[in-house]
Amino acid sequence: MDSYDASKLTPRQDASSRFKDFFIGATPLQKRLESVRKQTSFIPTPPRRKIPQGSQLQEDVDPQKFAFLLHKQWTLYSLTPLYKFSYTNFKEYSKLLNAFIAAEKQKGLAVEVGDDFNIKVIFSTLMGVKGTQRDPEAFLVQILSKSQLPSEHKEEKVLWTGWFCCIFGDSLLETVSEDFTCLPLFLANGTETNTAIIGTWFQKTFDCYFRPLAINAFNLSWMAAMWTACKMDHYMATTEFLWSVPCSPHSLDISYAIHPEDAKALWDSVHKTPGEVTQEEVDLFMDCLYSHFHRHFKIHLSATRLVRVSTSVASAHTDGKIKILCPKYLIGVLAYLTELAVFQIE
Amino acid sequence: MSSQKKVNSWTRKRTSQGSSSYQTRLSAWRIQEDLNDSKSLSKRGQNNTVEDYEGTDDQAEDALQIALRYFEKGPIKTSQSKEKHLKTVENVAWKNGLTAEGIDILLSVALSGKFGSAVNTRIFKCMIPATLISEDSVVKAVSWLCAGKCSGSTKVLFYRWLIAMFDFIDHKEQINLLYGFFFASLQDDTLCPYVCHLLYLLTKKENVKPFRVRKLLDLQAKMGMQPHLQALLSLYKFFVPTLISVSLPMRKKMYFKNSENPWKTALLALRPRNQEFPSEPLKLMLANVHPIKRKWNSHSIIPVLNSCNYSKESRKKRMNLSDYFSSNGSFPLEQLKSFPQLLQNIHCLELPSQMGAVLNSSLLLHYINCVRDESVLLRLYHWLSQTLQEECTWYKVNNYDHGKEFANFLDTILRAECFLQEGFYSCEAFLYKSLPLWDGLCCRSQFLQLVSWIPFSSFSEVKPLLFDHLSRLFFTSSIFFKCSVLQCLKELLQNWLLWLSMDIHVKSVRNSPLETTLGGSMNSVSELIRYVGWLSTTAVRLESNRTFLLHFILDFYEKVCDIYINYSLPLVVLFPPGVFYPALLSLDSSILNQLCYIMDRYHKNLTAAKKNEFVHKTKSEFSFSSKTYQEFNQYLTAMVGCLWTSRPFQKGIYIDSEVLGNDSVAEYKKSLNLVHHPAFLSYTVSFLLQECPEERKVNMSSIRGKKWNWYLDYLFSEGLHGLKHFIRSSIHRSSVLAESINHQH
Repeated sequence: MDSYDASKLTPRQDASSRFKDFFIGATPLQKRLESVRKQTSFIPTPPRRKIPQGSQLQEDVDPQKFAFLLHKQWTLYSLTPLYKFSYTNFKEYSKLLNAFIAAEKQKGLAVEVGDDFNIKVIFSTLMGVKGTQRDPEAFLVQILSKSQLPSEHKEEKVLWTGWFCCIFGDSLLETVSEDFTCLPLFLANGTETNTAIIGTWFQKTFDCYFRPLAINAFNLSWMAAMWTACKMDHYMATTEFLWSVPCSPHSLDISYAIHPEDAKALWDSVHKTPGEVTQEEVDLFMDCLYSHFHRHFKIHLSATRLVRVSTSVASAHTDGKIKILCPKYLIGVLAYLTELAVFQIE
Repeated sequence: MSSQKKVNSWTRKRTSQGSSSYQTRLSAWRIQEDLNDSKSLSKRGQNNTVEDYEGTDDQAEDALQIALRYFEKGPIKTSQSKEKHLKTVENVAWKNGLTAEGIDILLSVALSGKFGSAVNTRIFKCMIPATLISEDSVVKAVSWLCAGKCSGSTKVLFYRWLIAMFDFIDHKEQINLLYGFFFASLQDDTLCPYVCHLLYLLTKKENVKPFRVRKLLDLQAKMGMQPHLQALLSLYKFFVPTLISVSLPMRKKMYFKNSENPWKTALLALRPRNQEFPSEPLKLMLANVHPIKRKWNSHSIIPVLNSCNYSKESRKKRMNLSDYFSSNGSFPLEQLKSFPQLLQNIHCLELPSQMGAVLNSSLLLHYINCVRDESVLLRLYHWLSQTLQEECTWYKVNNYDHGKEFANFLDTILRAECFLQEGFYSCEAFLYKSLPLWDGLCCRSQFLQLVSWIPFSSFSEVKPLLFDHLSRLFFTSSIFFKCSVLQCLKELLQNWLLWLSMDIHVKSVRNSPLETTLGGSMNSVSELIRYVGWLSTTAVRLESNRTFLLHFILDFYEKVCDIYINYSLPLVVLFPPGVFYPALLSLDSSILNQLCYIMDRYHKNLTAAKKNEFVHKTKSEFSFSSKTYQEFNQYLTAMVGCLWTSRPFQKGIYIDSEVLGNDSVAEYKKSLNLVHHPAFLSYTVSFLLQECPEERKVNMSSIRGKKWNWYLDYLFSEGLHGLKHFIRSSIHRSSVLAESINHQH
């Protein structure tokens, strides 16, 4: 086959000036395309990342305030920038979303617009859940059931919770204009019917797009390494991996649990660059686990698929489900998830 | 007329089965003879049992038509047939639903009082629309109500039916005009609850009037706190809070009795079958259907066109909820129907709440074509790129059931791109991600068309992202795939050229998204052309000079050779030798003809360029290097040498005469001229046979001198216009004599 060499075939133009000819006055759209190009042509994920450092919440924020975000299983979605979203309109949004949910659930029946439905929608900001000052504030949407009896008024049951956040989302923020609010990561807890209704309302109101955010095995191993690397005062859970062997009729799952301190010891033995995790270290860490397993069970785990990783920091499933356990590393976990979400919407 | 025919054809079938008591007229026989002929034609070759089986559906359809006509005409004494017709209508209605016309007929029948109320009830219960109900039918029905021919219970049933079918009525403007009539019907105590419900569905802000409020309050005073009246009042209060001072109980209640009960099951059953009706409720497809939830809302990928009330309102400081339901000043999208409307309202047009909806509306595509608002384009960008990835059948696993849907979606996008004559950036980004994973089969034509709409950009930048993957597929796929790729690259080149030629002319006014210099642009185009040249050279070798492939390659160069003249762009790129020589030595005359045409066009373009340069005298940066001219002259010499002077390959490619001698090709010099070239051999023979048809042995060498000219004229008359142009422009016929002398060597 002839080799095709473009550089030889540029007859009358100085080759070095070629790139300057393009994209001088780039519009946001142009910038987006540029970043997609970069992302596609180079290695998709940076070969090194920081190990999450302690609590990165703003200092004046009490980490206990976000305790309700922990120990819950969240389904992950990526979300394109919200158009004309405003933090000052939360009251109106609540009303409208309430009416929308009511209309969807009571289809065909007469519905009073307003708060005449036995649910309550609350929008509120999660002050301080952000990586940098540039990140927009995270916000929370809760659906509460209003109890019929006035005596029980204090106990409102939470039916559904969802929150939107952006932690270190600089790469995305650069490419949109001010009409948009970038909160690329959406986490939902509650029935899928509710998620669908609420997501639909957001899509219709802010012209955004939700997509389920799956986590592939490659990123799961990164999570395993990064979370093992986190310094913990005491370990709450064992480190556990789950591999799936695709065989019929039912797939076979292999669970592999390690004492968290052993996992940390293993990590420390492969870890070289302080404060950072590199791709080689991740690979080495996983290879060590594989070879250990192979020595005992003669099974090559590398030939199977990693589907779940649980550590004391958090646990993640390939289906895009996450549970965060350690308040200290909340921001660190979210930062990586934001990165994955941004990658998906580019 | 058509129903008449159908009726007859049905009767005939019945009679032919010997089970009918219907009379048939002779003329009717004749008409339906034709009908049946055409039917049997299409069914020829099938055996009788199949035909009988298939007949049942047609029969049901015909029977329905008869039944409808029967009801339209009014009752005939024989009650037995009435029962039968009713059954027919019921069966069809419950199974498939009725057409808008069918409902129109039945509605008039039921309200005209032609039949008893028992029949009317049954008719009402089976009036289930297959798709939509025409607004006119409803208006007609209301006029029947005024005629006072139907009983009270039928009226109730009508209102209940109307409420149940409200969402199936195609338009509601006319019906809304009857608001006053419906409102007056509130007087009727039995009708009141149902009329209330209907008004509840129908009321707009402008319908709320003080006198109506007073009337409602009077009614409430007379009848007590009725939930249906309360419902209507609360709606009025919601629209115009200032008009109603009475406090209404806030407790939630079910305001209306379920009016739609008799039709509920039928409607539910119809829903999945008739996807296209407009007010289909939000469908929530959940995880149990697909491993990853595919879609949240709606049956189509592209969102429905809705005005964006919210964003506009939110800019106001104080927001009144009821404002959402009334239009104020701006032009709602739903009313946008024609281009003049668009022009009149372009300054106050509401944008859709979901920008993706513009794909389905050519008027809005006009709009986004001229809009400068970057956020509009960004919204479309995000929506489109996410939807493409989400729907793409090969982009992720477990998504294979929706290939057809995805192909349709791509078709819609391509229509929009073609309409705009511009590619979407999101499609380009999608190609970056999906092309490396593409198998080359799935949605091939759509996918390649997407490639041809890639917006103009730096080729060297796009190459590693797209074209390297494409060449990998190209080399490993069939000849047909190769041809479609070449075709799509030709279209890409054409789109780029059009874009650039527009660009040059409007540069001063335009606010370009791509701030490029002309030199950079020309570089990018020439790189694209050279890339295709490289693909072609290799493909020709891989497919061993297949004519089919050469056609597609030369098609591409037909575009290339005319860039300077057709698009006024300073660029002439020649084809590589790997394309030129196989085409010159092709066994197919049409290829050779095409090659001549291209050479002629190159000649004209280069001459024009040279002339231009001469006129302007200044040597611009776009003057073509002498190398291009040299190369062209080399090709030209080779062609003239082969076809005309019988002195092939004296420059450039040198062929050792020993090699030819070994292959016992003695007179190779002549063997590629117009007479002996294998591509023209059949022309030569038929030319000679034309002269002396009885000849068993033709003497090809006899074509020389004058006969050579006759032969040329013969070739031209056979449609080899490319050759004609080539010879006219590149060979001076004044030297014909000298040339023909040369042949005698």
